[in-house]
Amino acid sequence: MTLPAISVRSLVKRFGTSTVLQEIDLDVPEGKVSCLIGPSGSGKSTLLRCLAFLEEASEGMITVNGEALGFFENSKGERERLPAAQIRAVRSQIGMVFQQFNLWPHMTALGNVSEALKTVHKVPKAEAEERAMVQLTKVGLANRAGHYPSQLSGGQQQRVAIARALALSPKIMLFDEPTSALDPELTGEVLNVMRELAAEGMTMVVVSHEIGFAATVGHQISFLDQGRLLFTGPPSEIFAKPRHPRLEQFLDTYLDRGASMLA
Amino acid sequence: MSFKLFSLLVQASVWTIGISAISIALGFLIAIGLSAALLSRKPLYRKPAEFFISFFRGVPLLVQLLLIYNLLPFIGLNVPSIVAAIVGMSLCTAAYQAENLRGGFESVPKGLTEAADMVGFSPRQVFLRIKVPIALRLTFPALVNEAIMILKSSSLVSVVGIVEITRMAQDLASSTYMPIEIFSSAALIYLVICWAVALAGRYGERSLPGVAK
Repeated sequence: MTLPAISVRSLVKRFGTSTVLQEIDLDVPEGKVSCLIGPSGSGKSTLLRCLAFLEEASEGMITVNGEALGFFENSKGERERLPAAQIRAVRSQIGMVFQQFNLWPHMTALGNVSEALKTVHKVPKAEAEERAMVQLTKVGLANRAGHYPSQLSGGQQQRVAIARALALSPKIMLFDEPTSALDPELTGEVLNVMRELAAEGMTMVVVSHEIGFAATVGHQISFLDQGRLLFTGPPSEIFAKPRHPRLEQFLDTYLDRGASMLA
Repeated sequence: MSFKLFSLLVQASVWTIGISAISIALGFLIAIGLSAALLSRKPLYRKPAEFFISFFRGVPLLVQLLLIYNLLPFIGLNVPSIVAAIVGMSLCTAAYQAENLRGGFESVPKGLTEAADMVGFSPRQVFLRIKVPIALRLTFPALVNEAIMILKSSSLVSVVGIVEITRMAQDLASSTYMPIEIFSSAALIYLVICWAVALAGRYGERSLPGVAK
């Protein structure tokens, strides 16, 4: 078996006295789409943010392609924080897409996508913009390169945000509820871009309420409830014959909602 | 009122505008440092900045000017009164601008800096490329407001002997016995200057990159 792209071992996350993630073990397979589903407050976004090191796990280890992210176990077996530069280096393999897009409002679409190439990687301006245009073309927004975020629709902003992450050639892409802030008619264009990425073999971890996307594009589905990872498996197992009662109940509410939309 | 009297007031307005412009600019530079100190986790930086601000916001500018004007020679700095005026006004506006900037920095959405972290920005790059431009945008209207306040407060520097609009008007009124005409003219000149600053501010705000037109 090949090395997992991300491996999570015994991860615990506490905010003050409340424990929001308990003893999470998860392997994210390389080149596959892993989906995290579960009710709100189940901890799925927090888990994703731990994978991006935007939240620091209280206990446990995360490795990205075999390299420790954030913390490592020293020779005495103690958990120790890595220096900031090393954290940045490991994190550079990861691209992140946020629910609220988080585009920088004072830069154009092209500026948002080329900024890190110029500032962090010292790529000359012309080359950085050329590479940014390749990504904007990929998400279908080459004709919006000179627009500021305030001049773009939510769906367009999210596609620029995806291009911004892709411009740095990450090995893994994390999506934190990428369509939750969008009008229903705009979710399609974002999901299409994600489908194309998946088809290219990008390793993806997706937190989403789009059960349809998870069922059709996901290779591995993980179900979280109250901070625990209750189930991980292929979509066929999860959706066709959900054996866990809590999962069944969760899926039922989605089916109910779908049925009520038809009614 | 003769044209000659009016032109004397206009000439005096050069002092009003000059002192105000220099004070706003110097105050802004000081305010950037102060706001950074205010946001620091280290009390060693934060406490002095807090003390500075509470002093300059809590003492009337008139008293500050008189204090600085008398204090500088006392500690052996014999500087022209224009310097005392600029020092006083700069420090005062710095205190107000620092609080504006602090609010601006705190209002930068966390997601925008997280996005920068994710693409590998160092803390310094996040500050310069993301936080500063966005905080400036958020505080721009307050900055224009502060510029207008300072323009009007500059009338107080007459107490340290600078003949700006207000002082010139007082001198002219007492020598010509035409206070109503002269103070009305002074008011008109202040109004025009402040109106121009407000107009420039609105234009400047609209031309900031990325502001919805």
